[in-house]
Amino acid sequence: MRELALNILDIAENSLRAGATLVEIDLAADFSQDAFSISVRDNGKGMSKEMLASVCDPFTTTRTTRKVGMGLPLFKYSAESAGGTFHITSEEGKGTAVTAAYRISHVDRMPLGDFGGVALQLVTMNPGVDFCFTAKAGDRQGELDTREVRAILGEEIPLGAPEVRAFLKDYIKENLTDIFGGRL
Amino acid sequence: MKSLEELRALREKMKSQTDNRSVAGSDETVIKVGMATCGIAAGARPVLDALLDEADKRHLHNVSISQTGCIGMCRLEPIVEVFKDGQKFTYVHMTEDKARKVMNDHVVNGNPVKEYLIGEN
Repeated sequence: MRELALNILDIAENSLRAGATLVEIDLAADFSQDAFSISVRDNGKGMSKEMLASVCDPFTTTRTTRKVGMGLPLFKYSAESAGGTFHITSEEGKGTAVTAAYRISHVDRMPLGDFGGVALQLVTMNPGVDFCFTAKAGDRQGELDTREVRAILGEEIPLGAPEVRAFLKDYIKENLTDIFGGRL
Repeated sequence: MKSLEELRALREKMKSQTDNRSVAGSDETVIKVGMATCGIAAGARPVLDALLDEADKRHLHNVSISQTGCIGMCRLEPIVEVFKDGQKFTYVHMTEDKARKVMNDHVVNGNPVKEYLIGEN
């Protein structure tokens, strides 16, 4: 994984696996403080204290096809190898929250990558799940909340319809990725 | 700046189209792309984007493209599964170009791209 956006996608996939109906993804950059943070919160099934304690171990996973689970360890590593911090909290039945913080200028900080593409993919490929994205850099901020989009479109038009996809693609670019002005 | 208000206009425009689209039904092709850590790290996102792009370009309304979790053969990722004519085809080690070829030859014209199928390599 060479992009933070791919890590975000991977963590969000965990949320979907946990049966979340709402996933909130927040990106915040403060260039004057050289700080950038990513947080992913969901209302999925959460996990037990024992699971939480070992979840960043690559040899812990819930899937049965093999014994390794690299998603969270890689995300944790992306932050800690770039002068940042990593936190995960979870409560059974309530959901899970993962936050990673980065030093923007750190030489080992991965580029953000195609965050817009990841956001578009999550929104359009998961009909039963709502997403709320926020992006913030200094005094500029933007938001995409699929609950609002669904309220306008009504029941019969899916978010994955080609015309809606095309609109959302531009909307995400202007309201989320352009906020960072290519500096991440 | 684009605003969500534009969606209202879009909805009105689309309402008239939804009817003829639902007719497609029975001969639908279902395509699934593995999108777990293994798939993402191997480059499943560009593959998925290429598939969607081809479907858009060709106005393929009887094709449903979705993502799935770990298919179980991480070393063969990116994996694309095509369900067509009651059969399942598993394409492995996919790239953007291969994905476009599969859309073109298999999904549109009905000829599976044998050299990309699992078991062939």
